[in-house]
Amino acid sequence: MTAVGVLPGGPARLVRPDGRVETLGAYRAGGGYRDLPAAAELLDLVEAAGLRGRGGAAFPAARKMRAVRAAGGRPVVLANGEEGEPASVKDRWLLRTRPHLVLDGVRHAAAAVGADLAYVYVSDPAAERAVAGAAAELTGLPFEPRVVRVGPAYVAGEETAAVRYVNGGPALPSDKPPRPYESGVAGRPTLVSNVETLANLPLLTGGPPGTFLLTLGGRVANPGLYELPFGTPMRTAIEALGGTTVRPAGYLMGGYFGGLLNARGGDLPLDYDALAAEGSGLGCGAVTVLGARDCPVHVAAEVMAYFDRSNAGQCGSCFNGTAAMSATLSALVAQTAADADLDRLRRWSATLRGRGACATLDGAAALAASLLREFPGAVRAHLDGSCPPCRTDSRIGRAAPFAVQVPGIPAELRRG
Amino acid sequence: MRIKLDRTVCDGFSRCADHAPATFSLDDWGYASLNGDGAVAPDDEGDVRRALLDCPVHAITEYRPPAAGH
Repeated sequence: MTAVGVLPGGPARLVRPDGRVETLGAYRAGGGYRDLPAAAELLDLVEAAGLRGRGGAAFPAARKMRAVRAAGGRPVVLANGEEGEPASVKDRWLLRTRPHLVLDGVRHAAAAVGADLAYVYVSDPAAERAVAGAAAELTGLPFEPRVVRVGPAYVAGEETAAVRYVNGGPALPSDKPPRPYESGVAGRPTLVSNVETLANLPLLTGGPPGTFLLTLGGRVANPGLYELPFGTPMRTAIEALGGTTVRPAGYLMGGYFGGLLNARGGDLPLDYDALAAEGSGLGCGAVTVLGARDCPVHVAAEVMAYFDRSNAGQCGSCFNGTAAMSATLSALVAQTAADADLDRLRRWSATLRGRGACATLDGAAALAASLLREFPGAVRAHLDGSCPPCRTDSRIGRAAPFAVQVPGIPAELRRG
Repeated sequence: MRIKLDRTVCDGFSRCADHAPATFSLDDWGYASLNGDGAVAPDDEGDVRRALLDCPVHAITEYRPPAAGH
């Protein structure tokens, strides 16, 4: 069971805790689909608000929009709702329950960059039904909305994979340059933007985007999707949302992408820059709480095995590097690894960064580096065979570790 | 001169690093990445062009950014 809510007493800008689909009438009644300011004014508004991308990279939204606008040719908007992170549910939930907020965001983005064509790229069938249904209710848009569904995959949500799929190819990343802002859909400058980023655009006239969507999983009483103010200390947030089921011993951050933090993570604020300064990251806003029985080496081995299975299989440094790091971590879990293996893991965690066409290998290397940095004692315990949980169970599961279920499909979207 | 290395195409033949070690670095398995952003200093152009022509899978190409500003 996945809960949906806000921090008690906190603002609700993005989520509708009732779990129902917001209708066109309700969205308009709440101030949606207002007249748009001129593009220059809209760009200034986005820049002043400091909005950053919610897909994981936290890139300044206004800077990306200006780059698209400055490139040659008529731009395209690609709203990215293909949420490949197994520990995150927020994009699918937003598309399922607030399709008009997302579409209004697309409308703002199209006006800001001057696009006459916009794609909404999803893998979730319920999200597709919601957004296609919402788009069909709208007339007189200054751009053509098209909804595209791709098969779900970890790498399918990467921005060049999205562009490649819309262009008729496989949903696999391309090497850069060019980036989509230079040459994307049909060779046109393309704004690829996460759906949560876009959903913030219509709300900016009400003030800065002070909240984000957190997917909370692991050893918590109420796993779920929550809207939180940026900067909330992790422990404060988790306690206010129902607390943990065991004493927190660590955290898996940013989906799988921000790596591991030890118990000190509880004191850190949920903020892009504060977490980046600690070598971690908020990423797509997903946090998994680990307990003392969740051996961090075992967790890292399972996530690395996922990277090994789920990478695009295109770049040699990535398919070899993730396989090698996965084998080393699995050997650590099995308590058969030696010092030399650990030395190689340490070297790969530094030297493999930046060696892939997309960021998957960076995430894998950062995961290994974070394990070595945050849990040196636990790592050493695997060299001398003294990790109790791993002595009991050293299997590396084949499922995506700590995957979170999307909150139920709203009744309005069920077939039949 | 500016080049692009497409790492989704690279098959790890390692010839580029033989010809132009300042421009290309290899991982433990022989797969290449660029050391910089693809901008090639005039003094290195000869070596880099040799690497480009000698890559068995044509993973290295001369790169011209898409035209901007119109």
